[in-house]
This record gives sequence, structure tokens and C-alpha cells, in this order.
Amino acid sequence: MTTTLRPVPAVGAVDPFSPEVLGDPLPFHAALRDAGPVVPLSRYDGLYGMGRHADVHAALVDWQRFCSGAGVGLSNFRREEPWRPPSLLLETDPPHHDAPRHVLAPILGPRALRRLQGPWFAAAEEHVEDLLADAGPGETVAVDAMPALAESFPLRVFPDAVGIPREGREHLLPYGDHLFNAFGPSNELVAKGAPHVAEHAAWVNAQCRREVLSDDGFGAAIWAAADRGDITGEQAPLVVRSLLSAGVDTTVHGLGAVLRALATHPDAWARLRHDPALARVVFDEAIRWESPVQTFFRTAEVDVPVGDTVVPEGAKILMFLGSANHDPRRWTDPDRFDLTRDPSGHVGFGMGLHQCVGQHVARLEAAALLAALAARVERIEVAAEPTRHLNNTMRAFASQPMRLHLGQAPS
Amino acid sequence: MPGTTRAAPGTGTVGEAVDRLVVTGMSTAAQDVVSLTLTRPDGGRLPDWAPGAHIDVTLANGETRQYSLCGDRWDAHTFRVAVLRETDGRGGSAFVHDELAVGDEVLLGGPRNNFPLAPSPRYLFIAGGIGITPILPMIHQADLVGADWTLLYGGRRRASMAFLDDLAVHGERVEIVPQDEAGLLPLGTWLGAPRGDTVVYCCGPGPLLDAVEHAMTGAGWAPHRLRTERFTAAEVGAPVRDEPFTVELARTGTTVVVGPRLSVLEAARQAGATTLSSCERGTCGTCETTVLDGLPDHRDSILADHERAAGDCMFPCVSRSCTDRLVLDL
Ligand code: HEM
Ligand code: FES
Repeated sequence: MTTTLRPVPAVGAVDPFSPEVLGDPLPFHAALRDAGPVVPLSRYDGLYGMGRHADVHAALVDWQRFCSGAGVGLSNFRREEPWRPPSLLLETDPPHHDAPRHVLAPILGPRALRRLQGPWFAAAEEHVEDLLADAGPGETVAVDAMPALAESFPLRVFPDAVGIPREGREHLLPYGDHLFNAFGPSNELVAKGAPHVAEHAAWVNAQCRREVLSDDGFGAAIWAAADRGDITGEQAPLVVRSLLSAGVDTTVHGLGAVLRALATHPDAWARLRHDPALARVVFDEAIRWESPVQTFFRTAEVDVPVGDTVVPEGAKILMFLGSANHDPRRWTDPDRFDLTRDPSGHVGFGMGLHQCVGQHVARLEAAALLAALAARVERIEVAAEPTRHLNNTMRAFASQPMRLHLGQAPS
Repeated sequence: MPGTTRAAPGTGTVGEAVDRLVVTGMSTAAQDVVSLTLTRPDGGRLPDWAPGAHIDVTLANGETRQYSLCGDRWDAHTFRVAVLRETDGRGGSAFVHDELAVGDEVLLGGPRNNFPLAPSPRYLFIAGGIGITPILPMIHQADLVGADWTLLYGGRRRASMAFLDDLAVHGERVEIVPQDEAGLLPLGTWLGAPRGDTVVYCCGPGPLLDAVEHAMTGAGWAPHRLRTERFTAAEVGAPVRDEPFTVELARTGTTVVVGPRLSVLEAARQAGATTLSSCERGTCGTCETTVLDGLPDHRDSILADHERAAGDCMFPCVSRSCTDRLVLDL
């Protein structure tokens, strides 16, 4: 194939995984979008980047030409050995993707989750009660929202819902953190996690066995599908592993995002308190705004023309979900968290065949926690600027010091 | 194609219901079997599907029929279905054979899949008559994953059996049994000994399915080794309407008229409801809405038959109304 050489836009020479860009990606995203629908990213051999909403959306749904089976990280599984056995969902194309997805979607679907609604709302209330202890209306409670809410609430409800034992749950967050780092290049973030990953992975893998799982959780439902022959007995533990890999850190940072949004937008908090049904829009707007999962890669299955560039067969393309969610071609005043906008169509949960199968779980966790907070907290105030936690894939906070001003329950 | 100007669904720029397809090809697949190709009017991507999936097709005479998809899912722009002229010669199948023409529009529901291909090292496919349609993409898929397979395909006469040419390339793996030449399918021979490595996929008329089930039970096969799809001529729910209907948003009392080219989701938004959506294709489940009154016309890929029948929720990005009025919890 011949391609005309064209000057590489300056933004193409920037390392999207440098601490500077990971710490503050918006300026890089803006430059990337302005440089074109697809831009060579010369820091990595043969890599392209896509940052505009229309193109990212179109590529995500086009699984025929933008495949996942060669890995959704920088590493090309057709040339390099993956660091763990590939995911049967995330890192698989049709036809292999079909059966695991067909099994998992109803297990995590809105109708199946109705059974968890009551228990999770009650758990959130209890969680917030414990946190606020005896403080009453008019008083203020200082918290770091990351450990106290965003991390501890999902860790309280989600592993139980999967059905894993209590012992050892401290492995979950560092496992997920490393997994999401490992989609990027093997930079310092990956090096930092590498020494411990074997230990975390061994624990996670051990929780996926039938004997270890409770008999009423998502895990048991996955094994029941294996008993019916809908997936194989070899597939079942890997499908359970997908929940433990993709379902913890993502929601932690999703909740971190919505708490940041509400602490910095008191008007939005006030509206939510008076109309709890807004929780869904609040959460999805926060997912758009912050995009806790920033990027995933695809691999070109054939030569794909995009604009006036041809992405050659075998090339990796980095999909900037966060950039698509801030594309002014799609969103008005995109960098603003705005409760009056309709965030529908954001790609923070992906789009197409691989779109997040756990999105309803994430939304339910958020709705439960926000309802419990809204019942007690009149105003959320930023006590100190948050600190970021850098990760090659996720946009995350390490800490968010806040003051919760307690009030009467909203009328 | 990325980079072109066609707005993607979910971008909020598409107000039009996405459920209209155009007939772009018709050809004879066998005596009394016509094969149709369908595309979107703008040539855009069709919804994703997997072998075993069917679509609901609503014809201009108001009837809705279910047809298994039997084309190539790697071609995201074309659906293929095959339609048998039913023996009683009435209704939807006669309409397709006698009235439908290239260029005509039909309405789409789904795809949905009640007959998915479960992973297995070996498959035995058994098709009766037009029941061959869901089996064709299954065979392709079995080849792709390197599974071992055989097909037993029965029909009244050779001339009435569709896709024999397509199947010829598979040689010995396929056994064609026209009833007028060779009698009934030799189920006893094929199913005599249960196998732990094989899943049997059977599609065809009721009596064939019953016979296969009987043979397998008798021989001691584990029940989950048989997967069937029953072909019935039964119609799907109430007749679908192409005329406007009204949607009432219960929380505000607002009423809005939904014309044929507007989705319920878009109509609700125009009436001031905040309804979260994502895929706008009836696959992700984000826009699920409680139905308080009226009968939804389900066109999503999510609900199982019993959930559809309950009629208490719908996906307004694609689903519509069978009744004049639909009251939603919005
Ligand atoms: C706010 C929270 C979450 C965010 C932002 C998020 C984001 C994403 C994104 C962007 C994808 C698409 C990946 C791709 O296209 O390559 C995805 C897929 C996936 N997510 Fe989530 N996720 C969240 C929560 C969850 C939860 C709670 C679970 C489990 C219960 C989960 C399980 C999965 C799985 C298994 C996949 C792969 C699906 C497939 O490939 O078919 N996620 N997620
Ligand atoms: S928006 Fe996905 S089902 Fe309606």
C-alpha cells in the first residue's frame, strides 16, 4: 500500500501517557481533535489516535474493521504474549465474544438488578449513617471522599453481589489499577505495579472458582450458565474474572467523578436533593465530564480510510473516549458540568458490541449512594483541592477532602 | 465510514425512528422460497446480530412476521432473510411473494436471539424445510471457530429445499434428505448414541422438533444438548400501526403526538422529559421506561418473549405503540 507522506501535526509527537497529559488531558485532547479525525501518534510505533466524537463513535460500533481481539491496549496480541489470559469479553471479537456477552448481559441487566435495588439503597443509607456518626443538622463532617465514599461503598456492595468471600478483598483495587495501567505502554506506572501483580492476580483468579462463590450472586449465575451449556466450564471463571477486573476501580472513579462534580456545583446538588430522579442524569453527565475510563485501543482489521488518512491494517488506534466526550463539535460548552444538558450518547461507557455490560450496575451504585447522601447532606464543600491518582487508562483521584454540611431531609 | 458526515445514532442529531428498511434484492432460493436483502434507506449500519437471531418485519399490509437472519454479519449494511410461501397461501408470506417489490419499505424490530449458538467442539445441525435459514450462519460460525459439525437437512422435494447450492461446498458434512426420494430424516441413526461433545441445533416444523426431542430423550442425551427453534406462523402481538399515536408523560401530564418518523424517545424529549439514552438501537438498556397504560410495540433486542408480553416496560429509542395512547412513567 502507498500512502502520501504528510506532515505529522505537532500534537502527534506528544506522549499521551506522560504524567503531564495524564494529569491534565484536556489541552492535549483539544489539540488532537483540531489536528484531524485521526492523527499518527509518533511516540509509539505505528500508533494512531482518534479524538472526535463522531469518529470515535463510528469506530467503536464498527467491530468488523476496528477489532478488539488483538487487545484493547497498546500491545498487539498477534505479535506479543498478553500478560494474562485475554478477557473473553473485552479482548475478544465475534464469534468468540457472542456467548459470554449473551450470558452476562441479562445477569447485569436492569431487570435482574431490581432485586438489588432495596438492599443497595439500604446499604448506602447505613454507609452514610456510619460515616456521619452522631452529627446532626447544622453540623459539618470533614471527610476524604475517596476512601470514605467512592472506594468503600462499591467495595461494600459489589463483591457481595458477585459472591466472593470477604477475606482478601484488599487485592481488588491494586489488581484493577495495574490492569488499567497495563493497557498503556510499559512506563513507570506499569513498572510500579508489576512486582505485586502476580500475587493480586492469583487471588483474583482463585475467587472465580465455583466452590469459592456464594450461591446467589452474579458469579453463581455465570456458573449456572455453564451448567446449561451456554458457555463452557473453562469460560465461566474468566467471565467472573471480568466482573472483578472491570467492575471495581471503574465505579470507584465514576463515583469520585460525580462527587467532584457535585462538590464543585452546589446548584446541581440542590437540584438533585429536591428531585432524586435526577440521579441518573447527574451520574451520566459526570461520566461524560470526567470520563473515568479515558481510552481504549482498537486494531485495524483492514486498511481503513478515515478522512484523508488511511489507517493501515494491523495498526493500533487509540480511542480517546474522554476527548470525544469533550468534543465541541458534539457538545455545547463541553468542559462544563451542566445538569441541564442531556448527556445521552456520551462514550464514557463505550459504544457498540463491547459497550459496558456493567453500566446498569454502576448507575445503581451511584443512585443508591447519592440518594443516601442527599437525605442527610445539605451542601458539599471542597475542603482542599483534590489530588490525582495517575493511571494509563483511568482518570482518577487519590483524595478529595470535602466538608459535608448536614441539613434536614429535603421536603 | 468514520470521518463521513452521517450522524451516528446516539449523537442526538437523529430524530427519526431508525426502524425502516428498504428491500434491495429479491431472488428465488427454491420453489416457493424467496430470499430478500434489506438495507437502511441511507445505506448506514444495521444493528449487530449473531447466528440464530431473527428480526420482526412489518409489511405494508400491517402484518408482522419473524424471519431468521441468514446473511453475513461481517457485512454490517445488509440483512438477508428467506421467506417460504406458507401452504395456506394467506397473509404475510403471500404478501411477500405476490406484492412486495424491490424498493419497498418494511419496518424492522430487533434483531433478537432466542437460539444462540453455544460454544461446543462439535455440532449436529438438523433442519427441516425453511428451518435451514438460522442454520446457515451457524455453519459458517462453526467453521470459523474450527468446530466439527454435520448437517442433516430434510425437505419435501429437492426443488423446494433452499440454499442447496451454498451447502454443496461442504461435501460429506451435509446430508440432504428430500422426503420424496429418501423418506423421513434418519433420526435414529444420527441420534442413536448420546455424545458428550455435541450440541444438537434443530429448526423446522413442530413435528420434526418433537421427533428429534423424542429420539434424543429415548437415547439418553442430556436435555441441554438439544437447542430448538420452533417455526410458527403465529402473528406477533397486536397489529402494528403506522399511524400517529399519543404518548402521555405521567409525571407532568404532558401529551405528545408521535408520527411515524419520530421515535418515542425523541417525542418525549420534545415534550420536556429528560430521558437518558445511549445506544439508541434497543440494545444497551439505558432508556428502559415504565409503561403505565397502553400496549407497547416492542422493537428492541433485549426483552425475552415473556417480558414483552408483560408490557410493563419498553425501550422508547426503538419501540413504539400498538394502541392509540401510551402512558409512560416520565
Ligand atoms: C462508572 C463505571 C464504569 C465505566 C466508566 C466503565 C467503562 C467501560 C467501557 C468504556 C467499556 C468499553 C470497553 C471497550 O469498548 O473496549 C466497558 C466494558 C466493560 N465493562 Fe465497564 N465500566 C464501568 C463499570 C463496570 C462495572 C460495574 C462492570 C461489572 C459489573 C463492568 C464490566 C465491564 C465489562 C465486562 C466490559 C467488557 C464488555 C465487552 O467487551 O463486551 N464495567 N466498561
Ligand atoms: S438507548 Fe440503548 S436501549 Fe434505548
